[in-house]
Amino acid sequence: MAAPLVLVVLVAVTVRAVLYRSSLAAFISERVEVASPLNAWKRVVEGLALLDLGVSPYSGAVFHETPLIIYLFHFLIEYAELVFMITDVLTAVALYLAIQDFNKVVFRKQKLLIELDKYAPDVAELIQTPMEMHYIPLKVALFYLLNPYTVMSCVAKSTCAINNTVIAFFILATIKGNAMKKKNGSLCLSIKSRRSAVIKSGDICLLVFRFQRQFIPVKLKSKSFWLYTMQYAALYLCSLVVIICLSFFLLNSWDFIPSVYGFILSVPDLTPNIGLFWYFFAEMFEHFSLFFVCVFQINVFFYTIPLAIKLKEHPVFFMFVQIAIISIFKSYPTVGDVALYMAFLPVWSHLYRFLRNIFILSCVLIVCSLLFPVLWHLWIYAGSANSNFYYAITLTFNIGQILLVSDYFYAFLRREYYLTHGLHLTRQDGTEAMLVLK
Amino acid sequence: MGLLSDPQCRRALSRLVLRLNTPLCALSYLAGLGWFLALAFPPLAPRTYMSENAMGSTMVEEQFLLGERALSYAREFAGHKKKAGGMPVAWLEKTMWSLGLEVHKQPFARTLPFPDEARERYMVKGTNVYGILRAPRAASTEALVLSVPCSEGPHNNQAVGLMLALAAYFRGQIYWAKDIIFLVNEHDLLGMEAWLEAYHDVNLTEVRSSGTLGRAGAIQAAVSLELSSDVVTSFDVAVEGLNGQLPNLDLLNLFHAFCQKNGLLCTIQGKLPRSDWDSLPAYAHSLQTLLLMVLAQASGQPRGDHGLFLRYRIEAVTLRGINSFRQYKYDMTTVGKTLEGMFRKLNNLLERLHQSYFFYLLPSLSRFISIGVYMPAFGFLILVLVLKISFWMGGVGGGEREPHPSFPQEARPGLLVLVPPLLICHAAGLALYFLPVLGQRVATQHFPVSESEAVVLTVIAIYVAGMALPHNTHRVLAGGSSDRGWMTLKLLALLYLALQLGCLALLNFSLGFLLAATMVPAAAAARPTGPK
Repeated sequence: MAAPLVLVVLVAVTVRAVLYRSSLAAFISERVEVASPLNAWKRVVEGLALLDLGVSPYSGAVFHETPLIIYLFHFLIEYAELVFMITDVLTAVALYLAIQDFNKVVFRKQKLLIELDKYAPDVAELIQTPMEMHYIPLKVALFYLLNPYTVMSCVAKSTCAINNTVIAFFILATIKGNAMKKKNGSLCLSIKSRRSAVIKSGDICLLVFRFQRQFIPVKLKSKSFWLYTMQYAALYLCSLVVIICLSFFLLNSWDFIPSVYGFILSVPDLTPNIGLFWYFFAEMFEHFSLFFVCVFQINVFFYTIPLAIKLKEHPVFFMFVQIAIISIFKSYPTVGDVALYMAFLPVWSHLYRFLRNIFILSCVLIVCSLLFPVLWHLWIYAGSANSNFYYAITLTFNIGQILLVSDYFYAFLRREYYLTHGLHLTRQDGTEAMLVLK
Repeated sequence: MGLLSDPQCRRALSRLVLRLNTPLCALSYLAGLGWFLALAFPPLAPRTYMSENAMGSTMVEEQFLLGERALSYAREFAGHKKKAGGMPVAWLEKTMWSLGLEVHKQPFARTLPFPDEARERYMVKGTNVYGILRAPRAASTEALVLSVPCSEGPHNNQAVGLMLALAAYFRGQIYWAKDIIFLVNEHDLLGMEAWLEAYHDVNLTEVRSSGTLGRAGAIQAAVSLELSSDVVTSFDVAVEGLNGQLPNLDLLNLFHAFCQKNGLLCTIQGKLPRSDWDSLPAYAHSLQTLLLMVLAQASGQPRGDHGLFLRYRIEAVTLRGINSFRQYKYDMTTVGKTLEGMFRKLNNLLERLHQSYFFYLLPSLSRFISIGVYMPAFGFLILVLVLKISFWMGGVGGGEREPHPSFPQEARPGLLVLVPPLLICHAAGLALYFLPVLGQRVATQHFPVSESEAVVLTVIAIYVAGMALPHNTHRVLAGGSSDRGWMTLKLLALLYLALQLGCLALLNFSLGFLLAATMVPAAAAARPTGPK
């Protein structure tokens, strides 16, 4: 399967190269949907310029990325376009390999459950066959590389692409890892958490945990469970500490902690973006902003534990839903984050028949993506609209995403139910029943 | 979430949509058109009202009495214009200087894409002259503009005269908080665009102008004046700007309020107001005014020099004096008093005009229709497309999600079949966009046509070639001859059309509505016939 992947990579790189050389590149890098205060390329350049002048890059509240990015681009600034194209390709390849391994795991598990007679007798059409799963890794890579969101993110040189690469490697390490390779997983995790936001680390910790649990049944009283948890937590904390200290020694100051983590948590910059934070906090009194910041940020990792309890048999789906929730509720989302979880959608293509609203939701997402620039123009350039118009589209876009994730979640659960209880459900008295979400 | 997750409700609704699809579509289309026509009915449109607090009452005591002086300036200007054969720059500069304004001139030049038909020249050269009246006690942070286009022939002389008289009068007052710029621009829109670009230091069109220009701060509002006669019978206002952008309704309300105060007869679209509203002729009159405004907005052309200000977020209107055969005439003093009142009220503004509506339609000068009232008409037209989309979705994808073993396999290759027609259509669109202008020079070298004819003929040629596309390209579509193939293509086309019409209606409602009214029936009813 290497040849189609290489072809897809070539097409993707060509598209990006063509766009880099066209006049659209400047236009795209100015768009707020693609570049947020966290990951805009202009700010990276600004930070590098400050570093060259001998001043801390975090002075002046312009640069909000980790010091690792500064040092990466300190040496690679002339090849920035190439770096971003390579990161996109690496993400796609990592996702490709991860999904390939995941498919093998799924197939093995399915065979095990069939042999153990856990499935109802009439669910033959719901079982996944290797034939239909053969092209899924390629489709995942395709979905990621040729997604207009990813292309725009890459052309705008937003560091979201680098974030996505680290997350993809983390997923790869997790899926490939078993007990032996958990070190890989935790190292990737801590790099990722350093790179992105410490908020996410808490969730991902649990994600990985759930996956590894595959080999260790979850019983709160089981000693091996707690032993494993402790081992993993220790490993994670140690790698986190190592990386924070490394960042400290890179720049010889602790400046980066309030500038990066404080910035993400306290949301001081209210530039409009596709997230939910900016409008609320623009119209809020200072008095209440702390409370509401806490409420909004809790949304990001509030769903971890209930989802973990529900999806403990299905860690990769849990990871998908968690990444989606993070990219919807984080303080400065961009379309690059949306592109990452959308890349996973082909993996659940077998849920297509159970998805209720996929057509309407994809229409909503496409319409909102097209209306973002229109309403931005009407607000900022024409002056005929105001922020309410733009926020309406932001809200609709996020509602569409939330409904999409919950649709997939519901379809997943429905399929699991059908697998264990059979396709033709009957009530107590023998009449046909239907599964309804209440 | 009831509709999205409750299966009984969905099933009932989808059955209704599938069964009654054509009647519902026809009903929706008629509802859209009917709603639009009903907008013109006078009692349904609310009266206009002043939203900005700072411009609330019209209690100023206008004391402009220099009507005769305006006429004498006008005659002098006419004489010098005829002598100079264009704009009398030196005389304007001298006169403005003697009035106590800070005078600047801006020479500009612009290469036209097509040569000027009358004089076969490519380059237009002109000069804008403007004088700034500095506010005596303010910091020159904000400004108002009174602009008068300098046209060729005996037009607009009285406007220049009135402007100079107003400048003389304003110069003697002490209550100005904003600077006032008195601008005389040559070559209408070209000069206005050159001045605006130089003032805001941008380069949107390739107008070249020279010299450093005096500035007066951020412009809050602008009025463009056109007067070609010594007396007027009515005063007409034009609001439509470039690309259908409209100024804030408050500016119109201001004009209407001051016309009423001074007893000046004001019109819109050149149509006099009627006092009765419950008769058929009144409805026809109101509908005619509304349709004229819709056509003007849809064309995207500015109806006066003010249209270019709107792009820079400056609210502006054009006022035209009309001299018809009516008996009652108003002299320059009344017109001057109205303008004085307007400028004094604009002087009171604390912030840019933002309180009133930016999206509206005007069936008459005293009634308006806001976006919340006229959008449902457009919504009904798009509903036709949505109904058709759900109908085809019912045919292609299956309304309810019952286990159908063949669906996932069949739908996937179906999507790839859509790519060639999409690519071809987009290629045709790009050709239509780029080729006529790129091929203009080549065409004139090889064919005996003028440049503008070359562009028009190339566009027509690409259109005609496009009409032949289905015959030539249906062989390219592998699975396109099946029922599934064209249904999916039509589904995608309807979605695309609905999206584009929606975006267009937000930017320029009239254009979106007119296009929707014509394209939606054709798109909804189209189906392939003939030999496959």
